[in-house]
Amino acid sequence: MFFYHVGRYFMLIGRSIGRPESFKVFRTALVNELYSIGINSLPIVAIISLFIGMVITIQTATAIDSPFVPDMLIGFTSRESMIKEFSTTIICLILTGKVGSSIASEIGTMRVTEQIDALEMMGINSANYLIMPKLIASVMIIPFLVVISMAIGILSGWVIGDVTGLCGSEDFIAGVKLDFNPTLHMGYAFLKAIFFAIAFSSIPAYFGYYVKGGAIEVGQAGTRSVVWTSIAILALNYILTQLILM
Amino acid sequence: MIEIKNIYKSFGELDVIKDISIKFEQGKVNMIIGESGHGKTVLMKSIVGLHEIDKGEIFYDKDLFSVMDTDNRKEIRKKIGMLFQGSALFDSLSVIDNVKFPLNMLTEMSEEEKEERANFCLKRVNLINRNDLFPSEISGGMMKRVGIARAIALNPRYLFCDEPNSGLDPKTSIVIDNLIKEITQEFDITTIVISHDMNSVIEIGDNINFIFKGENHWSGGQEDILKTDDKEVESFVYASKFLQQKRD
Repeated sequence: MFFYHVGRYFMLIGRSIGRPESFKVFRTALVNELYSIGINSLPIVAIISLFIGMVITIQTATAIDSPFVPDMLIGFTSRESMIKEFSTTIICLILTGKVGSSIASEIGTMRVTEQIDALEMMGINSANYLIMPKLIASVMIIPFLVVISMAIGILSGWVIGDVTGLCGSEDFIAGVKLDFNPTLHMGYAFLKAIFFAIAFSSIPAYFGYYVKGGAIEVGQAGTRSVVWTSIAILALNYILTQLILM
Repeated sequence: MIEIKNIYKSFGELDVIKDISIKFEQGKVNMIIGESGHGKTVLMKSIVGLHEIDKGEIFYDKDLFSVMDTDNRKEIRKKIGMLFQGSALFDSLSVIDNVKFPLNMLTEMSEEEKEERANFCLKRVNLINRNDLFPSEISGGMMKRVGIARAIALNPRYLFCDEPNSGLDPKTSIVIDNLIKEITQEFDITTIVISHDMNSVIEIGDNINFIFKGENHWSGGQEDILKTDDKEVESFVYASKFLQQKRD
């Protein structure tokens, strides 16, 4: 059964990628999705990053309270945690709950109210019309959200370290700069984020597209899509980390 | 003209459509009637290719639709208009944008031409001054009319209506029925209507096919159905006590 769904998922994604029926309609849909997935997610991304950044600084500072460990390690840990894990994996898991469930419900409702049948009846590739703008918008917007999350997380950690006296500004900044390799760090983060974006837009689309029944089944599809997308993101996180960092 | 020959459709072990052959005539309202759960909607969805048939042939005029690949089917589907049971209007689009949708997607018309065509279709279904409303803001009858306007936007050769009167009051039902009849005659299209509403059958049905347990149990005209002594058809037609008393 698992492989049946995997196969059907890849077939659906294959159907959804291709030349749009009308570029004008596609452009409008893409702009709407960029707004809905990107701009509408900014507040939640900013709030989560703000608190995570502060917590990492405090936890690191209190855990390594030793005269033999330099304070710059707090800035270093904060940068490593934000760039390599929190701003990508955690943010994308949060977006799975917010964006993914909304995609599954939207497409699922269109399925049970025969709107997808209506598209097919007009000779329109419904998968391409519904899924491709969401997929491309997610991939386009995720690097911006990730960069914003990194900036807010590291800044909030710096500020809280300085305000509470746990870590001075100079030490924190020195730690943030320590062994920073923009290609490796940012490349790793962006690559992960792009894979996660594909997952949190396409897996819920799959669950919504093939839903059968009514309102209850649409709700269940939303829940199932969040669970499976989260599992996929965590598995991808491990695979990409193993491939890139080891 | 649409012709189906010996078509079968099953879902797993359940045989839903069994050896149905019907010729749907052009310029006529061809009705498929029968009780709920006897295969009417499956039959219609099979004819338009939303369900793949297991066996048999489906012709749109002379084109054998049932063996066509996706691209060729797409060309036929551009000639089909369909009114769904729940209207299936796009929630995120206004009334006029729903009607313009197939024009935006499938034609190279200018913005003015599309606007003109959409307004013509809305006027044809007697829906004016509602262009900017959304489907959630209009009544069930209006939604059906927008559905018809969208279905005829591309000048279809074939029109399919799945229970066009479901959820409508008797007066609005008559308006929708008459609209379907007028459009069929005016544009000389092949119309197939699924219904279990006897008023509709008597109002607009030119050719009537009674589906029973997945088979085409009876075919005839308006007059024939009122006089038939077929037990199954009779019990369907005269299901209400009022009609039974009228007959007796």
